Amino acid sequence: MQDILDILRDYGLLLAVGQFPDGPIGGLALTLILAVTGLTVSFPLSVLIGVGRTSHHPAIAWTCTAFVTLVRALPLLMLIFWAYFVVPLIIGRTVSALTTVICALVVYETAYLAEVVRAAILALPKGQTEASRSLGLSASQTLRDVILPQALFNAIPSILNQFISLVKNTSVAYIISVSELTYSAYQINAQLMTKPLQVYLILAAIYFIICFSLSRLVRLVEKRIDASRKAPVAAGSAA
Amino acid sequence: MIVFDKVEKWYGSFHALKDVCETVAAGEVVVVCGPSGSGKSTLIRTVNRLEPIQGGRIAIDGRDIHGPSIDVNELRSHIGFVFQQFNLFPHLSVARNVMLAPMRVHRMPEKAAREAALALLDKVGLAHKADEFPPRLSGGQQQRVAIARALAMKPPVMLFDEPTSALDPELVGEVLTVMKQLAAEGMTMVCVTHEMGFAREVADRVIFMDAGAVLERAKPEDFFLRPQHPRATKFVSDIRHA
Ligand SMILES: Nc1ncnc2c1ncn2[C@@H]1O[C@H](COP(=O)(O)OP(=O)(O)O)[C@@H](O)[C@H]1O
Ligand SMILES: [Mg+2]
Repeated sequence: MQDILDILRDYGLLLAVGQFPDGPIGGLALTLILAVTGLTVSFPLSVLIGVGRTSHHPAIAWTCTAFVTLVRALPLLMLIFWAYFVVPLIIGRTVSALTTVICALVVYETAYLAEVVRAAILALPKGQTEASRSLGLSASQTLRDVILPQALFNAIPSILNQFISLVKNTSVAYIISVSELTYSAYQINAQLMTKPLQVYLILAAIYFIICFSLSRLVRLVEKRIDASRKAPVAAGSAA
Repeated sequence: MIVFDKVEKWYGSFHALKDVCETVAAGEVVVVCGPSGSGKSTLIRTVNRLEPIQGGRIAIDGRDIHGPSIDVNELRSHIGFVFQQFNLFPHLSVARNVMLAPMRVHRMPEKAAREAALALLDKVGLAHKADEFPPRLSGGQQQRVAIARALAMKPPVMLFDEPTSALDPELVGEVLTVMKQLAAEGMTMVCVTHEMGFAREVADRVIFMDAGAVLERAKPEDFFLRPQHPRATKFVSDIRHA
């Protein structure tokens, strides 16, 4: 126990923010930055691809399905290797490890979120589309005003769950030396040499606390959404 | 106004509409009835192209609506459709449900759309619910909003697919009242319904369908008192004792 407190005292700041403000930001802060950036960038892309998968246009549906199927069949680590070693070959110049990780996370996350979006769209009653189209709204107007506002609202808990797994997945960035939380712990362990149990216990505890709190938040949001279904307030304000 | 000419509809290998020939004149109120699964919904859904047809022709005011040159959104904007399950948009207020199509399809400014919506809601007796959300309304109120929503596009014809079948018995009357009022104003209406009272009071004609074919067409009082076809006889006696 004393060991753990000592490690926290000596390296707590490194675990929290890396070298910041004297050097690059890292540690938990970078982990959260990676996860938030990953979610923010992949969300609009996943809406496009999730919608694309439900398209009646065979070429669009096929392309989106192929993307999702391919990415979901690959380990995230594989995507990072590809982005790290292959992308520079293709574009002819090196890319920073950080950019590489963000790209890989976005591609990975987009595939999973697209499935969330697609499931939420398919879960809506067919009558919603029929009513909208019967009024003369086009397919894209129906999507924008009727389908997506409901589907994305209903998908909020799943999107947050996806964010939790994204937080955990950022840990693979350590493999190409991006100094996020896991990499920081790895470095500390290398310096101390004799305290792996304590160091990785701290690491596990941090991930647990963050992900556990987030999952409680999801529960809360789910309850709010259920309540709003029974007594709906302004759940979106299209039209 | 609406002409069905030898209409054939297949769901895969299932023959859902068989050689349907029918004419609905402007201002006419036609009630379609028949046992469950006989093709009533399918028939009216072919009129706004919610279902494609595989043979024959449906013309509205002389235009072949399943023809290649038809803009389906434009077509649908001139045909009001009321569903058994109401299908209101639960994320939009009652007024916004009614305003959506005029604003999107006719590019009507929001203020004018709201005024028109309030007038229509008043007509169906629900102006005071304008800013409520649909899930908080009773079934009868939801269906009246759905009728107002369809009317917002000022369609010359309204199609109703069992508009009162999902309602508790005590809520049926308020919806039928609105429909009768529409009929009295001269709206062309095709109503799939088993409401005998409604049919006898406002329908010009009853069409009886079974197994995808129109077996009988008659004046309402004749149909309900003296059905000709044996299956129509059985159907009328069934709904009388239901
Ligand atoms: N989308 C569909 N695919 C296959 N069969 C269908 C479909 N919709 C309806 N049917 C079949 O067509 C027949 C007529 O259906 P419907 O028009 O809904 O009857 P009704 O409205 O008179 O009860 C039924 O046997 C039904 O099972
Ligand atoms: Mg039906």
